[in-house]
Amino acid sequence: MSDSHELEHSIEAHTDELLPDPGLPEHHWRPTDVDPRAERRAERQVATFFGLSVLCTVLFVVFYVTLRTGINGQKIIGLGASNVALGLTLGGAFLFIGIGVIQWARKLMADVELVEERHPASSSAEDRSATLAALQAGLEESGIARRPLIRNTLIGSVGLLIAPAVVMLRDLGPLPGDKLKHTVWTKNMRVVRDVVGTPIRPSDLEIGDLVNAEPEIIFGTSDGQPLPEGQVLEGADLQVAKAKAATVLLRMDPADIVSDVTRNWSIDGIVAYSKICTHVGCPISLNERTTHHLLCPCHQSTFDLADSGKVIFGPAGRHLPQLPIGVDSEGYIVALSDYPEPVGPSFWERDTKSPSEIADEWSKENGQ
Amino acid sequence: MSVDTSKVATSNTSAATAKQPTRIGKITQWSDERLGLAAMGKKNLRKIFPDHWSFMLGEIALWSFVVLLITGVFLTLWFKPSMADVTYQGSYPNLRGIEMSQAYASSLDISFDVRGGLLLRQMHHWAAMLFIAAMMIHLLRVFFTGAHRKPRELNWVIGSLLLILGTLEGFTGYSLPDDLLSGTGVRAADGFIQAIPIVGTYIGFFLFGGEFPGDSIIPRLYTIHVLLIPGLLLALIAAHMLLLVYHKHTQWPGPGRKETNVVGYPMLPVYAAKAGGFFFITFGVTAVMGAVLSLNPVWKFGPYDPTKVTAGSQPDWYMGWPDGALRIMPGWESHFWGHTWSWNIFVPVILMPTLSWILLTILPFLEAWITGDKREHHLLQRPRNAPTRTAFMVSLMTWYAMFWLAGGNDLIAIKLHSSINNITYALRVLVFVGPAIAFFITRRWCIALQRHDNETLLHGYETGVIMRSPEGGYSEKHLAINEAKAYAITVRDRGPEGAGEDDGPTAKGKTTLRDRLRTLYYADDVQKPTVEELEEAHHHAEHEAHALAGIEGHAADGHQFDGHHLVEDENLRGDHQH
Amino acid sequence: MVRLLNRSVGRLSRHRRGPLAGLVLLLLGLALSGGLYAVFSPSSSAETAQDQAAMAAKGRQLFLVSCAFCHGQNAEGLTSKDGKLIGPSLVGVGAASVDFQVGTGRMPMVQPGAQVQKKKNIFSQTEIDELAAYVASLAPGPAIPSEKDYSTAGMTDAEKQEAIVRGGQIFLTNCTACHNFTGEGGAMPRGGYAPKLLDTDPKYIYEAMLTGPQSMDTFSNGNITPEEKKDVIAYIESMKKQPGYGGFGLGGLGPVSEGLFAWVGGLGVMVAFAVWIAAHTTRTKKKKGTAQ
Repeated sequence: MSDSHELEHSIEAHTDELLPDPGLPEHHWRPTDVDPRAERRAERQVATFFGLSVLCTVLFVVFYVTLRTGINGQKIIGLGASNVALGLTLGGAFLFIGIGVIQWARKLMADVELVEERHPASSSAEDRSATLAALQAGLEESGIARRPLIRNTLIGSVGLLIAPAVVMLRDLGPLPGDKLKHTVWTKNMRVVRDVVGTPIRPSDLEIGDLVNAEPEIIFGTSDGQPLPEGQVLEGADLQVAKAKAATVLLRMDPADIVSDVTRNWSIDGIVAYSKICTHVGCPISLNERTTHHLLCPCHQSTFDLADSGKVIFGPAGRHLPQLPIGVDSEGYIVALSDYPEPVGPSFWERDTKSPSEIADEWSKENGQ
Repeated sequence: MSVDTSKVATSNTSAATAKQPTRIGKITQWSDERLGLAAMGKKNLRKIFPDHWSFMLGEIALWSFVVLLITGVFLTLWFKPSMADVTYQGSYPNLRGIEMSQAYASSLDISFDVRGGLLLRQMHHWAAMLFIAAMMIHLLRVFFTGAHRKPRELNWVIGSLLLILGTLEGFTGYSLPDDLLSGTGVRAADGFIQAIPIVGTYIGFFLFGGEFPGDSIIPRLYTIHVLLIPGLLLALIAAHMLLLVYHKHTQWPGPGRKETNVVGYPMLPVYAAKAGGFFFITFGVTAVMGAVLSLNPVWKFGPYDPTKVTAGSQPDWYMGWPDGALRIMPGWESHFWGHTWSWNIFVPVILMPTLSWILLTILPFLEAWITGDKREHHLLQRPRNAPTRTAFMVSLMTWYAMFWLAGGNDLIAIKLHSSINNITYALRVLVFVGPAIAFFITRRWCIALQRHDNETLLHGYETGVIMRSPEGGYSEKHLAINEAKAYAITVRDRGPEGAGEDDGPTAKGKTTLRDRLRTLYYADDVQKPTVEELEEAHHHAEHEAHALAGIEGHAADGHQFDGHHLVEDENLRGDHQH
Repeated sequence: MVRLLNRSVGRLSRHRRGPLAGLVLLLLGLALSGGLYAVFSPSSSAETAQDQAAMAAKGRQLFLVSCAFCHGQNAEGLTSKDGKLIGPSLVGVGAASVDFQVGTGRMPMVQPGAQVQKKKNIFSQTEIDELAAYVASLAPGPAIPSEKDYSTAGMTDAEKQEAIVRGGQIFLTNCTACHNFTGEGGAMPRGGYAPKLLDTDPKYIYEAMLTGPQSMDTFSNGNITPEEKKDVIAYIESMKKQPGYGGFGLGGLGPVSEGLFAWVGGLGVMVAFAVWIAAHTTRTKKKKGTAQ
């Protein structure tokens, strides 16, 4: 704030005027101001716009009653007639009022430019000093400056009132615990096709086949038999399970597999990887058959499925977790364990290790 | 409808007092005796607003918001914000029998079974896109013309809060239908939250009521979308408008238009009609868009299922910017002591947008600090007359646009038949190089335009009239620009000296960062001519005019371009053509 | 999902006992006999083993002229001296693959690149069949599907609708990741792209799933059953026919094209209105009062 207002309560204008201000130009009249015929024509124009709006509104009601909506609705040039008709009439009803009102303002309302003086945003010096005085008087009378005990306990007690609000938020949800580190996959759970839930034999797949797969528990069965009532996943539990357990199964030429870990956890060139991107968690299944590169459609992270899901492009920071798979007694593909590492996006509590370290630990745990 | 011009110059507040009580008079008296509104009405009913198309950009945002409120209220009548499982049995056959959330099922019902429901959904969504787009071009207009300077800095801060709240409002609304595309967006948001160091997983679990997706996020986002953010938006919009009225609108310099006045049309009736009419037009345009342009066809995406995904998974345009940053960020993660820090997510979606928003918010204060300008400003500047400021904003726009392009890199790859990998690599470079180039070009461009202004002021404009002198030499006739234009050009500060109290280098005796920035800010600016230069030029022009006096007043003397006389009245080809 | 399918089966069996069952049965019978006629019509009955051999011989001649340059004299595949693949081996790719590649004009290829372009097919269907017969004679592989494999003709409306619903779920799980939710296609790494499905013939969609052309994954019958493939095609066909309920589709590309329209179309029109509102109207030189 400059002190200049103290001296004079006005806006500091430019002093460096190169040319004299010619002042507001002479007003030129519109045809509607001077010609009664033009004026009447403009009047009729505006009224016509309002009339058209009325027509549109009436048509809107008519179309609302006569046209069917949705799947059985009438069609017009390949579009849903109901939406087009209702939208255009509603749009017309509003547009014509708008155009009419503005035409009225442009043609008929007074259009002589007027001048208003400005004042500085600040109040006058007297107002400001009076306010300051009032503020000081108030503070003085309350004695807040002289009684620090009252002031500080008040600040403390009011400040502490944030606590109930924060504490109340605690029950928004459970604590993470180690929930993010596990999925519903367990040892010997069958790998089944998504949507239909049927189990898969290695011989079902040809080289180049990609299957979007799920753990069998998602479909409420175990080895083809329905699970007992309590164990079937439903509602939010089902969604949470799906969100982490989704898997892609890919059969490639075994000779194409680069890494030992990938080879050990595959059967006949069939590999299973988490379908959840390690970047921000989009499901990924854009696979290039010829290169075994899996691309995420959200942010284009690309993983090499022949080489432990190594990141070869894009913003992902970690390889894609691989699911060790085997075959059960009936010849169906099963998981040999849960994913050996947490799936999905990175989070603070997550430990990150290389595929070979993970494989070593896994071998120890599973005695292989 | 006519006005007596004699009253105009003196005052526009002297309302005619009614001799005998009219109906309006009675109503005014009744309400004033209870509400005391007359004092406020006296000041504001005939308040002057200057007329310029660029002053109406903010209005587009305002009226889009009103359209959003109206259509939004209608949508809440049918929308069910619940993630409970239902088996769809509605009228859209391709999804009949599929399990889905109640939110998605009710979105389908609104689209297919409520007459006009699809129209409401599409209008609501189009208005949301327009709302944020209009806020952004309004912001650009304000900044490019210097309307963010004192005393309007706080209104700029409010506007920048409106922008971020509007964006959040858009994102929460986009997520509500629980279709595959919006669910993918929410999943990505869950990933962003997990990436926050130390507390990320906790915030995620609290927000989602457990693990993603849970069954709480849609109802919670709904409350935020229909109650919390709209409430804040309404309050801030009210504050924004109140400050606008208090400060009075800025205006372009011109004859009679000074720092100390405002020239334009009164609120009642002209501005009320124009602004009111503009609301109807905004509503109408939104309705027409909703009628013929399909938007977010949720029935094609299917219900959200965490195992499904679609190519072209993009957020709405206003979130495309952080999404693009996310796409071109290299995959950097730090791993230490059993912990993971995801720079690849934290930097593009948490750190970068936050810092950008803070920078945007403090721009007026930053500029005032650099220039040291403490005066009030009510006259607008042309963008060319603040080359550094203009160039800075253009470079910010380029920065934004590069991220924006990155957000659509997959579609660019298909449409231009190019490699998505190469586009990504190129944008990693362009996002830094582009703004630098844009800054340099814009700044030089502004300076060239300043030079051009001086040129026309001193030597007039080129008429296109070629003359031959008695000696046989050819020259193009220049004519002085008209008075009003010349005056408008000269109303500008003369460099840093014009910027008020000086606490520059001499004050402390050593060059501070601020001094260096100030020097850079004004470097290479072309100042308006001095009085001497102007006189010299006039002298020269008079000399030339004397030589050319012969053709003055004839057709095609060049004055048809400056409004001295109109072309339609003229017989440019001479009489013998008839 | 299993529960869902069971439910839909249950619904179907309820309908069997419904009052319309007789009519449905009659229609089904008519459709079935039509299908049988198609199967035993002269064109297909001519395909005896002898004819196959003759066709394969003709196909070999065509192959030597049009394909052998890249795929080798005996379709064994060729690599250049530095080990780069010129043309892959066609042994075992099957007739379906030939029909797809040549029928959609992708083969013969004009130039190598990130993506084999679709173009105008230069062979007649007979010639394609001959080429296919030759390649099929090298080793067993997927055969060219017949119309009943991919057409929903002959299904009742209810059956067709159930096929579409099932197909939609399979489509959204297996296909949209690359081909986009409307089948508009999408980008793949290094300049490749998943092509648009909406202007692709159902037969070629079937063959593409079966054989996995170029970079596409294979969806062999062990992966997605023939029945499910038919469902997917039924869904895609229904999407082709679907009217634009909400208006013009803006390219079916999702939020990016929508955002572009909001800026260029929506905001453009609004700014144009703003310019009109603030523009000065025509003026006259006449002074007030002089005209009256």
